[in-house]
Amino acid sequence: MAADRGEERRRIAWRCRRGMLELDLLLQGFLRRGYDDLTAEERESFLTLLEFPDNPLLEVLMGRQEAVEPEIARVVRKIRSAAAA
Amino acid sequence: MNVERRKFDALIIGAGGGGLRAALQLARADAQVAVVSKVFPTRSHTVAAQGGVNAALANVLPDNWHWHMFDTVKGSDYLGDQDAIEYMCRAAPKAVYELEHAGVPFSRLENGRIYQRAFGGQSQDFGGEQAARTCAAADRTGHAILHTLYQQNIRARTHFFDEYFAIDLIRDREGYVLGALVMSIESGECLLIEAKATLIATGGAGQLFRTCTNALINTGDGIAMAMRAGVPAQDMEFFQFHPTGIAGKGMLITEGARGEGGYLINREGERFMERYAPHARDLASRDVVARAIATEVREGRGCGPEGDHVLLKVDHLGEEVVAKRLPGIRELALTFLHIDPAKEPIPVYPTAHYTMGGIPTNRFGQVVAPVRHGPEEPVPGLYAAGECACVSVHGANRLGGNSLLDIIVFGRAAARHIVGFLQENRYHRPLERESVERALEHRARWDRKGKGEPVAEIRRELRKVMEEHCGVFRDQQVLSEGLDKVKALAERLQEAVISDHSRIFNTARVEAMETENLMDLALATVTSALARTESRGAHSRIDFPERDDENWMKHTLCFADGRLDYKPVRTRPLTVDPFPPKPRVY
Ligand SMILES: Cc1cc2nc3c(=O)[nH]c(=O)nc-3n(C[C@H](O)[C@H](O)[C@H](O)COP(=O)(O)OP(=O)(O)OC[C@H]3O[C@@H](n4cnc5c(N)ncnc54)[C@H](O)[C@@H]3O)c2cc1C
Repeated sequence: MAADRGEERRRIAWRCRRGMLELDLLLQGFLRRGYDDLTAEERESFLTLLEFPDNPLLEVLMGRQEAVEPEIARVVRKIRSAAAA
Repeated sequence: MNVERRKFDALIIGAGGGGLRAALQLARADAQVAVVSKVFPTRSHTVAAQGGVNAALANVLPDNWHWHMFDTVKGSDYLGDQDAIEYMCRAAPKAVYELEHAGVPFSRLENGRIYQRAFGGQSQDFGGEQAARTCAAADRTGHAILHTLYQQNIRARTHFFDEYFAIDLIRDREGYVLGALVMSIESGECLLIEAKATLIATGGAGQLFRTCTNALINTGDGIAMAMRAGVPAQDMEFFQFHPTGIAGKGMLITEGARGEGGYLINREGERFMERYAPHARDLASRDVVARAIATEVREGRGCGPEGDHVLLKVDHLGEEVVAKRLPGIRELALTFLHIDPAKEPIPVYPTAHYTMGGIPTNRFGQVVAPVRHGPEEPVPGLYAAGECACVSVHGANRLGGNSLLDIIVFGRAAARHIVGFLQENRYHRPLERESVERALEHRARWDRKGKGEPVAEIRRELRKVMEEHCGVFRDQQVLSEGLDKVKALAERLQEAVISDHSRIFNTARVEAMETENLMDLALATVTSALARTESRGAHSRIDFPERDDENWMKHTLCFADGRLDYKPVRTRPLTVDPFPPKPRVY
């Protein structure tokens, strides 16, 4: 189980590598500070978010566009607040 | 050779705009094409390009390809190859219309034609009035191009190996490239992809520098792979920097901020640009501003606890102006620094943006190297296109909007040449054990256990050394110290280990291999920069401030062992008269 958790985390870490520096910084920062404290449901939302193409993802994470689902919006807020640390 | 093997006609390493344009051409010619990409194709760095792509369509202002060619030659500070530049500028309109037909939603004028915006370095009539040459799909041109090409490739049945990391090229004794060893990032398993022709399209290497605009994936892997296969890297000393990136992060703060009245200050609060450029001050040309910032920091007048940046002030403009005219900058500062630029200044430092150098190719995308008879002998079966290649259309300095054009035009050109090559080379050549073993050993190197330094620390130091010793401030002393430091880091990397040896999604291993690639490129970059005793385009030497056409109108070639060679610039265009070198003033 512990091994699986590590595997899952590494998989997600790679999926956080994106085509734009802004996204790299936001997502990698969140992996270091915040991701591990997410609840199971929030992790699901985070995974959904990672499926977004780069440009729409940037729009949402930069706060230019409100995420439609409230669960996703909550994770977005967490990512943003981890960003400048 | 205990490794799974797959065979294709053509292997394309890299799924950015360059790789996907080539793949599409090949798939449509009924070739069996494999595309390998370390991230999902649509997460390639091409998505980051917002500005647009250049083509002399003359939809907004008068224009023609010959003017575009002049601007590109001049912009390159006469280091660009004029045959390749002519080819690119002539091919540009068709390339853009092809994208349009493939489905890229370019922004339009009222008359239905493609809208074109004006960018720096674009002129009418060989250096006259401003031209408007850049076609854009709103502010997401790269994204639109990449997604469109990806969809078309899926339709054309291109075979994608997503999240596969290319490790090394396979080359036989006669010099033919026979494919590459790649690794599934998910399973950690290696796969040998055999191909009659291999195209490298792995993008740039902005990650060489601590402060850069490039995504983390831009580690120049393909250039390093080519070097390990015996091909020199060309013109690596030419790296484009933007004067104002967010310090410690890298994202661009556009010139707009200074255009609106923003200015730079050092730790004493002094408007230091007045000393460097008494008239233009903060609006002086990019290289002048970049060097001024680096000089302030070097001389101990930098800001912050580390004294490693200066400040860009826009707070005096008032909240309304900042919110209305500089919304993008405000958004960046709020998100990444949690500061409101209307209240506080923004920490900035020059940021590395574009890799002009790379794998030497001719205008057909063939990789060329000095082997036996002359400096430009094609390496059979090996091609390169896009930011990793040096064809060289950008020479010493790239113009905005010309790199998306480069990837599209030369991605297509390379594919067309490959189609011919495939007709003449119908069978896969036999693999040689040795070459495969070597690649496998390279992969196995990171299985080594025991004590050693962590790789991540070495990568961090390397990027800092490159920024301090091979950034915008260059002279003999700074560069030779830099070379010593990079060499020391390279030795430390030999002894380094990774602590995670798991197979599945072992990102530490991928990052270690990327760091090796960065190290090879860093050595080539500093070595080339130290040798070039002139200032040209993006390479500016404090101790040699002038361009020296007599001795230096030539391309640098740097081999993996640090050996340097040179070859002449191709000053003869295909059909028109050459543009002889002139002072580059705007
Ligand atoms: C912020 C920003 C804005 C820009 N704006 C513009 C603009 O407006 N106009 C313009 O003309 N240019 C612009 N550029 C430059 C332009 O975007 C790039 O030069 C261009 O997109 C490069 O495309 P490419 O196909 O060569 O490589 P990329 O798009 O970088 O693709 C590289 C591919 O190689 C793959 N890859 C790399 N290494 C490996 C490996 N070891 N194994 C497997 N796969 C690998 C990656 O996964 C990726 O698929 C901009 C650049 C930046 C940073």
